[in-house]
Amino acid sequence: MFIIGELINGMYKNIGRAIKDKDKAAIQKCALDQVKVGADALDVNCGPASRDPVFDIRWLIESIQEVTDKPLALDSSKPAVIESGLKVAKARAIINSTTADLEKLEILVPLAKKYNAKLIGLTISSKGIPQNKDQRLELAAAIVANCSDAGLPIEDLYLDPIVMPVNVAQAQMCEILEAIREFKIISDPAPKSIIGLSNVSQGACVRSLINRTFLTMAAAFGLDAAILDPLDKELMDAAVTSDLIMNKNIYCDSYLDAYRKK
Amino acid sequence: MELSLEKWSGAVSTVSIGASKEEGGTRSAVLKVGGQKTLPYLSAEGQIPYRPQIAFEVWDIAPLDWPQELLRPYQAVIKDPLSWAQKCVTDYGAKSICLRLMAAHPDFGDRTAQQEADFIRDLLKKISVPLIITGCGDDAKDNLVLPVCCEAARGERCLVGSAMQDNYKTLVAAALADGHNIIAESPIDINIAKQLNILISDMGLGLERIVINPTIGALGYGLEYAYSIMERARLAALAGDRMMSSPFICFVGQESWRAKEAKDEAQRGILWEAITATALIQAGADILVMRHPKAIEKIEKYINSLTGD
Repeated sequence: MFIIGELINGMYKNIGRAIKDKDKAAIQKCALDQVKVGADALDVNCGPASRDPVFDIRWLIESIQEVTDKPLALDSSKPAVIESGLKVAKARAIINSTTADLEKLEILVPLAKKYNAKLIGLTISSKGIPQNKDQRLELAAAIVANCSDAGLPIEDLYLDPIVMPVNVAQAQMCEILEAIREFKIISDPAPKSIIGLSNVSQGACVRSLINRTFLTMAAAFGLDAAILDPLDKELMDAAVTSDLIMNKNIYCDSYLDAYRKK
Repeated sequence: MELSLEKWSGAVSTVSIGASKEEGGTRSAVLKVGGQKTLPYLSAEGQIPYRPQIAFEVWDIAPLDWPQELLRPYQAVIKDPLSWAQKCVTDYGAKSICLRLMAAHPDFGDRTAQQEADFIRDLLKKISVPLIITGCGDDAKDNLVLPVCCEAARGERCLVGSAMQDNYKTLVAAALADGHNIIAESPIDINIAKQLNILISDMGLGLERIVINPTIGALGYGLEYAYSIMERARLAALAGDRMMSSPFICFVGQESWRAKEAKDEAQRGILWEAITATALIQAGADILVMRHPKAIEKIEKYINSLTGD
């Protein structure tokens, strides 16, 4: 599974403060901590408190790139912020994210093409959050069609079914899992799937267990990637073990160590 | 029709065997194996930088169980291993020698570590091609002999073996100290092959210095099983599993000439060895340790036909 570490986000107090004080060392430590435990890529989000996110995302990326060459997921709802990041990203970036709304797709898909970036497409639109699998697939098909018309390779597209908190939308969990499986039949080559995992346990009291149980189940439905907290060791162990069960990695007694050494 | 091409993210690691004068050794050539970025001979899909290499198997004592047909080409030199090795190079154009230190075995000659080390020194003076050194198969004795032999060949960047899951530390330490590559042997078991590579690299020996001996069976004796293990390991390597990304060494001669069909009739053994080798080349073998010069000649031609040389 492709793991994107979620911890460089201005929403977290320590990161918010580091962005404000331009404390490069704190950002770099957070980046390396995540890479060390097996993150394949790092999400970068200036957070709501940033006064100048167009500048801040560039500063974040340049700081991170001094210590790791892992790809970065540029996380913002503002295309100007994303483009500012794309201009300085060295490894192949991931745009996080577009919705299924035409006005978003028309800006972000060409940006992905221009900068040879991957793109995360949320199956959500201005009409609201989808309520079942079919609505998710409909939005997913609209995103795929747009990317396909624009000439963006579909294997560079990650569809996100929008994970809801289990304590808010319990009936949606199975719909989300089914959607992950059916994203694959929208086109050939198939788009990839991704989830923002932590949302599933938002507001619940046993968050780590809910996170790793959902991740494991999503893996069984064919999930390709997840944005999550890689410092949660049991969660990462569950992700690596899921890959093993799905026959994506060859077993050996030290398979957990082997993954972290990759 | 358009070819459907696979995009691989991984590659087999490149292992260099033998060190030239500039690199601190005395070898006349350096053999490079591995480096593939695609499955065997799908060159439209990715790079295949080096051809498979054949090493002539030479023992330090006259073998007792080799059939007549196999002994015939070496008849005059079989009791003199230095001349045997030299004959392989000068008469048959061997590009590398795989020396088996069988005389160290308690049941064969029980030679001491010092005697074997002296022999290695003499051999290195006699021939200048890169050297592969393998033990006699008795773990306790190999742990005494191989480190001393590694030291005798210090700086020559040999390939030494075999490290196994329950006996690898001594040999890895020796290879580290004296700058050699190592053969990691697993009993036709991909899980153990991966585990052993982790154990060896944990000791600090880089993955670019490990060659996997997956253990093979000859034609009619489990060849398909070996083939599928190698294929699976190679697919994992190309998909990015670094712990599976080592080149393969296959002891083709040893396994082929054990087959009773190979011993029965004069020419059949040669064919048995050649056919086993061709299948393993298709499975991704990087180094083939072979015995009969006629089988080797056929395989060199076959490799030429694959690589266009």
